[in-house]
Amino acid sequence: MEFFRIHRTIPFMRHALVLNAVSFVTFAFAVFFLLHRGLHLSVEFTGGTVMEVAYQQSVDVGKVRDAIGALGYQDVQVQNFGTSRDVQIRLPVQKGQTSAQQSEQVMNALKAMDPTATLRGNEFVGPQVGEELTTNGLKALGMVVVGIMIYLAFRFEWKFALATVLANLHDVVIILGFFAFFQWEFSLAVLAAVLAVLGYSVNESVVIFDRVRENFRRFRKLTTREVIDSAITSTISRTIITHGSTQLVVLSMFFFGGPTLHYFALALTIGICFGIYSSAFVAASIAMWLGVKREDLIKAPVKREGDPDDPNAGAAV
Amino acid sequence: MNRYPVWKYAIIVIVLLVGLIYALPNFFGEAPAVQVSAAKSVVKIDAGTQARVADALKAAGLSPDLLTLDATSVRARFTNTDDQLKARDALQRALVPDPSDPPYVVALNLLPRSPAWLSALHAFPMYLGLDLRGGVDFLLQVDMQGAMDKKAESFASDLRSGLRDKSIRGSSVTRVGQTIEMRFRDSAGADAAKALLQDQFADLSAVQGTDGSDIKLTVSIRPEAVRRLQDAALKQNITTLHNRINELGVSEPVIQQQGLDRIVVQLPGVQDTAKAKDILGRTATLEMRLVDESAEGRAAELGTGPVPFGSEKFLDRNGRPVIVKKQVLVTGENLTDAQPGFDSQTQQPKVDLTMDAKGGRIMRDVSRDNFHKRMAMLIFEKGKGEVLTAPSINGELGNRFQISGSMTVVEANDLALLLRAGSLAAPMEIIQERTIGPSLGADNIKKGFDSVMYGFAAIMVFMCIYYALFGVFSSIALAVNLLLLVAILSMLQATLTLPGIAAMALAIGVAIDSNVLINERIREELRNGASPQAAIHAGYERAWGTILDSNVTTLIAGVALLAFGSGPIRGFAVVHCIGIVTSMFSAVFFSRGLVNFWYGSKKKLKSVSIGTVWRPETDNTAAEVAVAGTAPAKAGKPAKASKAVAAK
Repeated sequence: MEFFRIHRTIPFMRHALVLNAVSFVTFAFAVFFLLHRGLHLSVEFTGGTVMEVAYQQSVDVGKVRDAIGALGYQDVQVQNFGTSRDVQIRLPVQKGQTSAQQSEQVMNALKAMDPTATLRGNEFVGPQVGEELTTNGLKALGMVVVGIMIYLAFRFEWKFALATVLANLHDVVIILGFFAFFQWEFSLAVLAAVLAVLGYSVNESVVIFDRVRENFRRFRKLTTREVIDSAITSTISRTIITHGSTQLVVLSMFFFGGPTLHYFALALTIGICFGIYSSAFVAASIAMWLGVKREDLIKAPVKREGDPDDPNAGAAV
Repeated sequence: MNRYPVWKYAIIVIVLLVGLIYALPNFFGEAPAVQVSAAKSVVKIDAGTQARVADALKAAGLSPDLLTLDATSVRARFTNTDDQLKARDALQRALVPDPSDPPYVVALNLLPRSPAWLSALHAFPMYLGLDLRGGVDFLLQVDMQGAMDKKAESFASDLRSGLRDKSIRGSSVTRVGQTIEMRFRDSAGADAAKALLQDQFADLSAVQGTDGSDIKLTVSIRPEAVRRLQDAALKQNITTLHNRINELGVSEPVIQQQGLDRIVVQLPGVQDTAKAKDILGRTATLEMRLVDESAEGRAAELGTGPVPFGSEKFLDRNGRPVIVKKQVLVTGENLTDAQPGFDSQTQQPKVDLTMDAKGGRIMRDVSRDNFHKRMAMLIFEKGKGEVLTAPSINGELGNRFQISGSMTVVEANDLALLLRAGSLAAPMEIIQERTIGPSLGADNIKKGFDSVMYGFAAIMVFMCIYYALFGVFSSIALAVNLLLLVAILSMLQATLTLPGIAAMALAIGVAIDSNVLINERIREELRNGASPQAAIHAGYERAWGTILDSNVTTLIAGVALLAFGSGPIRGFAVVHCIGIVTSMFSAVFFSRGLVNFWYGSKKKLKSVSIGTVWRPETDNTAAEVAVAGTAPAKAGKPAKASKAVAAK
């Protein structure tokens, strides 16, 4: 079985402008929604109390909301969690009341409404923790970006490093844009997913740039544009297959992992889909526009060609 | 070219064996157990304790299927929870005759069901995090500012008494935040005070200035002393928490420092969260002060006059007002122990208190000067003070003294507990709290496990269909990756959490990347007309550089998460990083081994089973042209390739 039967090199770079325009528009939308709607941050960031309550029968979320609203809480969020029998309740931090008092009060009200209600889990986060998480998250993001840039600059060339990081940061912003647009809950797990995606989709760019370097070496008459086209063409099937297989696992998390892993898997899914696009098309075209040249990658071509261990030469025999 | 030397196969076999042994305990599951550990530091757990436990169980007609002794506890494992509960009751009766003063903590626990020979190899299952086994998780913030304020206050009062001892007159000492201001009328006093500071207060540094006609010394605590004091305060709080949690009878509590001023407390299996929080949240500090027994004080106590200057009014536990002086004699910091007991003469309940050297000295001085006067013991919780008791001083006190009088046994126990609880060096506040019910934990395990399993199965099916035999090799390599990941996590005794399981699933997805890279490369070589053996060789060799690069970048992200993440993120990052490292071994080294073993010895290999290798409808020599692309390049290209060969 072979999915991809590509007869000739596909001139991806001819459409570089279009491809980049598409990603720029998506990016602009993501930024707009991020600024306009903001992220729906989880309790880990905002502080507050989250309770998970299980019922024997399916329960009307509206009634639960009313019951809690009657206690005088403002800004309470009630939603189904996984099944219709489980609800998740978010309470903001209340001055002068401990989370234990809060949850006890709420449970009493819910038990009065339906005695089968049981508290499955309870989480309380003080407001000072959230700020720290945000700064640490940004620090981690910074470290990933700088670390990857240094490594790629060292392994390839700064233009590739810059192109890769730009392309992948654009993925990150788009994931965040999705979360802002749909107001999905942005939790610590999602943050982990975002950073993992950043590391993972850099892979793609690396694979393509690796091939670009190799093609520069092998086909010395081709222009930079043709080299990049042929590199993308010859790696595109691998790109789609690996991302497809990773997506299989992510889907399995999405469907079987329960509500806790739901948004984690969702962030990964968006990251993987845009990762294919951006690392294949965006990163390469940015590198092209930055003016990457044969000489940038092949420092000492003569020595390389004469290398008796060169696997390239061996394979062609 | 596709042969491994024997030592490489040997490495593979050894790694697999070790991996298997250390991953194995995870498959046996856990069995109910009872754990006996010491409740007091003076009680030792040794072979004698084990024998007592064995006897007690035999007397109750119970036979544990495993009875082990380790450094801190004796554990008995049972086949079902019925026996476990019976054993707990039997042991409680046999080992803890007086519940008010328990020498041992008898707690329910879960023990791995793995056979003894595995445990002997130190092969234990992964430790399950709270989100998987259920329990309570607290993050406590230590109020260091409060602690330092208090420290400054105690330095200020030490300075006052120091000045008095040296007969330095005409001075005043006031605390301003965390600094102390000393004012003197003449320079002689200031010089004498500086000498005093140098001699007796190494932790303080002073800056001289003027304030009107007075000479002012601004005294602050040295930064290194601040660090040391804060560190000591945190350590003491952790110790205090340990003691308090022992009262809960939790089998494996985790109490750890996090950052400079935080403490993590995890209590697996605890269901009575209210009680846990009650005990932990007793963020109380203890102070001993004299009761104001002047006429004004008494009047204020009866409610007939205002509270005199220099005194404060507090209520006792029954709501009666007590007027106490503002000066703090001793804080809980100087109290090392408080135990309930019975007075040998009157047979009345009492509480024995033990102070450290400094506290003892102060008590001696104070009791000498204030014979037959009352001393109040105040407990401050969340800034509000309450008088626990205000007994009168009936003799010269020292390091050890007792409180007795109209108390019941229960009251004495409570008082001792509260006094002990008061020995927190700095107030603490719960800033994060998570409770996971046992059913939620079990659910999480099942869901996490399901997603790993189905994801793995889906990839395996796809790989086997798409890449045929090479897909089978890749699947086996993937299984080995999972095995090694579990084995290493078990060896490290890392805590597995739900994000950790998610990372495991993701590791599968990322690891398959390497195999796809290799298999696609081999196909490409075949498409370009390489012989099967050469194609396998070139596929692995060329893919390696790419695999390394991509794994390093993924690893960078993992390490960043590890460095800056906390809690669930850390759990994710650990598994993610280890998964990447193991995938390099399994996907490259191990799968190559499999391929070499299968194909390497076949000299005249005609074809390899790697699924359909589609060739463009041109002849083999032109295949590369198709990859190279556009028409103008066609003429030049094959020549190029042959030149490269010639150069070689």
